[in-house]
Amino acid sequence: MQRPRQRLVVVGNGMAGMRTVEELLKLDSALYDITVFGAEPHGNYNRILLSPVLAGEKTVDDIMLHTREWYAAHNICLYAGDPVVAIDRRRCVVKAQSGLEVGYDRLLLATGSRPFVIPVPGADLPGVIAFRDIQDVETMLAAARKHRKAVVIGGGLLGLEAANGLMRQGMDVTVVHVMDSLMERQLDRPAAALLRRELEKRGIRVLLNANTAEIVASAEAGEKRVRGLRLKDGTELETDLVVMAVGVRPNIELAKSAGLHCERAIVVDDTLQTLSDPRVYAVGECVQHRKSTFGLVAPIWEQARVAATHLAGHGHRRYVQAATSTKLKVTGIDLFSAGDFVGGDGTEDLIYRDPRRGAYKRLVLKDNRIVGVVLYGDVADGAWYFELMQNRTDVSAFRGRLVFGRAFCRAAS
Amino acid sequence: MSAAPAAGASMTRLVKTTCPYCGTGCGVDVRLQGGAVEVAGDAEHPTNYGRLCVKGAALAETLVPDGRLLYPQLRETGEGRRETKRVSWDTALDVVSREFQRIIQEHGPDAVAWYVSGQLLTEDYYVANKLVKGFVGTANIDTNSRLCMSSAVAGHKRAFGEDIVPVSYDDLEIADLIVLVGSNTAWCHPILYQRIVKAKERRPQMKIVVIDPRRTATTDAADLHLPLRAGTDVWLFNGLLSFLYQHGVVDTAFVEQHTRGLPRALAIADNTAGSLRAVARQCGIDEAPLAEFYRLFARTEKVVTAFSMGVNQSSAGTDKVNSIINCHLLTGRIGKPGMGPFSITGQPNAMGGREVGGLANMLAAHLDLENSRHRELVQRFWNSPTIAAQPGLKAVELFDAIDQGKVKAVWIMATNPVVSLPDADKVKRALAKCELVVVSDVVQDTDTTAFAHVLLPALAWGEKDGTVTNSERCISRQRPFLPPPGEAKADWWMLAEVGKRWGYAEQFRYSGAHEIFDEHARLTAAGNRESGIVATGIGNRESGIVEEQDAAPSVLRYLNLGGLAGMTRDEYDALSPVRWPVVTPHASRLTPHVFSDGQFYTPDRRARFVPTEPRLPVHARDEDYPLVLNTGRVRDHWHTMTRTGISPRLAAHIDEPYVDMHPQDALLSGVREGALARVTTRWGSLVARVRTSGEMPRRNVFVPIHWNEQYASDARVGSLVNPVVDPVSGEPEFKHTPARVEAFAVLWQGFVLSRAPVPMQGIAWWTRVTGQRFLRYELAGRETVTDWPQLARRMLGVKDAEADWIEYEDRSAGQYRAAWIVDERIQACLFVSPRADLPSRAWLSALFAKQRLEDLDRIGLLVGEPLDREADAGPTVCSCFGVGRNTILDAVRKHGCHSAEALGRKLQCGTNCGSCIPELKNLIATALEPA
Repeated sequence: MQRPRQRLVVVGNGMAGMRTVEELLKLDSALYDITVFGAEPHGNYNRILLSPVLAGEKTVDDIMLHTREWYAAHNICLYAGDPVVAIDRRRCVVKAQSGLEVGYDRLLLATGSRPFVIPVPGADLPGVIAFRDIQDVETMLAAARKHRKAVVIGGGLLGLEAANGLMRQGMDVTVVHVMDSLMERQLDRPAAALLRRELEKRGIRVLLNANTAEIVASAEAGEKRVRGLRLKDGTELETDLVVMAVGVRPNIELAKSAGLHCERAIVVDDTLQTLSDPRVYAVGECVQHRKSTFGLVAPIWEQARVAATHLAGHGHRRYVQAATSTKLKVTGIDLFSAGDFVGGDGTEDLIYRDPRRGAYKRLVLKDNRIVGVVLYGDVADGAWYFELMQNRTDVSAFRGRLVFGRAFCRAAS
Repeated sequence: MSAAPAAGASMTRLVKTTCPYCGTGCGVDVRLQGGAVEVAGDAEHPTNYGRLCVKGAALAETLVPDGRLLYPQLRETGEGRRETKRVSWDTALDVVSREFQRIIQEHGPDAVAWYVSGQLLTEDYYVANKLVKGFVGTANIDTNSRLCMSSAVAGHKRAFGEDIVPVSYDDLEIADLIVLVGSNTAWCHPILYQRIVKAKERRPQMKIVVIDPRRTATTDAADLHLPLRAGTDVWLFNGLLSFLYQHGVVDTAFVEQHTRGLPRALAIADNTAGSLRAVARQCGIDEAPLAEFYRLFARTEKVVTAFSMGVNQSSAGTDKVNSIINCHLLTGRIGKPGMGPFSITGQPNAMGGREVGGLANMLAAHLDLENSRHRELVQRFWNSPTIAAQPGLKAVELFDAIDQGKVKAVWIMATNPVVSLPDADKVKRALAKCELVVVSDVVQDTDTTAFAHVLLPALAWGEKDGTVTNSERCISRQRPFLPPPGEAKADWWMLAEVGKRWGYAEQFRYSGAHEIFDEHARLTAAGNRESGIVATGIGNRESGIVEEQDAAPSVLRYLNLGGLAGMTRDEYDALSPVRWPVVTPHASRLTPHVFSDGQFYTPDRRARFVPTEPRLPVHARDEDYPLVLNTGRVRDHWHTMTRTGISPRLAAHIDEPYVDMHPQDALLSGVREGALARVTTRWGSLVARVRTSGEMPRRNVFVPIHWNEQYASDARVGSLVNPVVDPVSGEPEFKHTPARVEAFAVLWQGFVLSRAPVPMQGIAWWTRVTGQRFLRYELAGRETVTDWPQLARRMLGVKDAEADWIEYEDRSAGQYRAAWIVDERIQACLFVSPRADLPSRAWLSALFAKQRLEDLDRIGLLVGEPLDREADAGPTVCSCFGVGRNTILDAVRKHGCHSAEALGRKLQCGTNCGSCIPELKNLIATALEPA
């Protein structure tokens, strides 16, 4: 006599949610009947690879992780394009936009995040978009075919990838960044300067300390569309497309309305269980764990692994935050950044500069252990440094050669 | 022969000449093809039979225009170091003759002086000596040979009545025992050493005893090494004399018929060194090896006792020489093949200088100042207005006299006293206040030319034309094969021009070196009983041999070149090496062994035993200066490096000034191998890198003589040496100055490799090394540098902000490295660190040969090594073939080369000059040591 399967409902057909499902299936494929709701009308794709798609280096098919066939093959019921709008925790039921209701024994929230839209006049104009999903990419590609000029607001990772993509699509692109240095969260000034020089060499215009005051619409009658952008210092930029890449906000409205405890995001414990409801788990960009929220993929993979073990009933794993590293997915620009590259009291710098070859390396040490890495131009040893950093390896034995890479340190030992 | 027709660029032209370095006097074949100069040993030369040492083999590398003194220059007198301005020869010579004349008129002839050199050719030397002693009328002409072998000269004169070296190189090869006293022959006379080693290989029964406080490359070949306490040689040889006598090893007939003075000499020997125990205690050696040496000497008939600076450069130098000669007289082991006391001189023409009398206590042609008949003979021969009547000032006295203002004008020729004299800082002070300093040299910037008021450009080796005499009395030609650079002229020409300006056109009219040599040859024969040449004036040079006139004084001496008189220019040019005396024309090297007839050159024709009362060096060690400073040469450098310093090959062997000491003394002095140390004496101090080679005995340190202000910030050992001299010879005590060694604390050290010279102002310590297409500077600093990136760019002269500049900085660890690339080639690089953990210079140096840096090079650049570690050959050991330490160690470990020969077969190292063979053997030992 076989016991009835439990029901798992996953809200969010994105990378975090589906990775958790994958992990779960690996552990126990027979434990749950799984239902997945997604806002986008696709299977699950690799959001990280949207930049290459925009740059024309990959196609949408290339970046698909799970096709509809895959869901069918694993008896997963997928409702793509039909987002969940309400959770009734008393009845353990979720309600979708279409009115469909599905009950659950376990609920996994993976609602992700949404781009932040800076509240300036004209932010809602046609031709003002974010860079988040396939839809955005298609909008940009379309714009690139029709128009010439684009402005990207935000000189961070995503903004620069967008800028590069649009440039590759033949647009003349200006990056408007509010800070005085690009990617200031990942790069120190020397590296940022090299990056800027490289981007400008490729024809991307970069404006720093540039604060957007207003997005201006075209005056002529008929379809109303963005025409320009005015900065606080009065500078006017003519443009046919504005891409905002100024960060994201976790999607927590649903969780809130369901009465789950949220701060900046849905608060979870070391098992990725929500504080308010043991039946409800959350993973990904919508999660807040010990005061942190998450945007990079590595910690989210780890969350998925942890959540899956608990859903599978072997609750031995704990989620522990680890250092993260960043790479910019812009072909021809190699940069690597990890840990605390700013440094401070008690930290020491190892710096290598070869401007002619566009190479720059900075290792930040504390107590002879790597705590931060910035590599520009030559990132071959990034992974190794990252490993040394995570293992807290004492580097004093080969400190003098560290910057020159693993090969030389091996030669020394 | 040089008689070879001057050929077109296509054809090679061969010129036979003589090496300008040590007193061995090797023959050199120079091949010229187009602009290229090739140097090889002269297979026909009786000295080296085709072999050359590293220095000789690298001669071609030193024939570069860099740094040459090209034009006469004047510098106004006055405070501070002024720039010089170029003038014509006429102007310069007018100033010299006028100023010398003025000072002579105002203060007398003894107010002027000449300080000349064993680097001069015999002809230059002759004219200098003639001008000074016959036409100025002072004997204030001394030479750097004073620092080298004047004790041997004095010893010879005391024992033989004349300065005669009674041994030839061939004797070394047939001797059954060779005693090397105070001589690192392997490094300082490599070709002689090679001949000795070869002879020993042919006749293993031949024994070699080395007597030297240091264990040197020479002791490597020794059957017995006596590391006697510095300065105790006289005890050792007094002891030997006494031992020989006690054991009846006496040639009674010889002693009775041909010598005088044995009883006193013997009495003193017995009293001071009568027992093995006494000698052993005094010399700080064990009785057993001492007895072994004495017995060996006693039972071996064919003994050559060869000695060099370890004997001569001492406050008891002359007595040391005589204590050695005494032993040979007692046993009659002199004047016969394969035996005798043998002074090996340091300089290429020390002997030539002695022959023409170019020392303050000689007259000319082995004639004596104090002897009125001799003076008369010379004055008549020279037809000179005057003749110096009493000895002049010897080197050290001479510069004291300048310091005291007694000597107001000095003409320094071809030497660098600011570096080479003892208490050299005093020499600096003296020259700084001297009224007139004339320097004729081939180099523009030396520590000495810095003080010159008049600079006269002289001819260098390859340009000058004349003769030199080597340690075995063999006269060889130095022949020109290069055109004079700029307005350089022969030294004899400058002197003759001054003579003419003083109104002695007749006496100084020479159309070429051959006429000077002829005059010199005739003077050696003048009044010399064997020959018929009479001391007539030089006017009838052509008349050749004439009948003796009763009026002419006649004096016998062994030095006689009568047979070489009257040569035409062509005969002179074709002159092949010949040992004097040459009494009759066409005499060959077959002249019978000197003294073979038991006839000496004292009035009674008997040799003299000289009583030698032993005495310790004048300045003893004490609490403040607990060590003894010894000085000397290194293998691949010569004197003050003006020539060898510009050869990359020669710079490779020992690249830095160093102080070698016993590990225990290093410990007690608080210094470490490889660290910098300050060596201080009561006279001065320097800074050098510490070595604990294992060659030094306790309480002895060694510092090489070569480095100076052109090559290092602070390494002139001359400034440390006590100005004590031997009372008879006036030779300074270079081998024994009480000293102290302390750590020289630095906050950082580093090095620069650069294609262009780098200014070293403000660097606490530095030394410069010539490399292949670059210069290397080793640096150390005593202040922390806050902004290396900025300082480095300034030092290396990088102005362009966009320059291709790679750098690595670990600020908190004090590490900084940078490289400057120009047109894909390395232009310069700089490495600094607070610790002695700097990378090997070898691989970085090799990059300067590359026309284009590969990416791999560029990656490894600031690590200082290629990814493939095999590529690093390490420091050069064999300079001839540029074989590095690592390469050799690999060959020993991996390819089973366990002998120097095996290494030679595999890597060629040691197969040319062989001077690195001792080091190869050590490396083999090191490599095979169980780690």
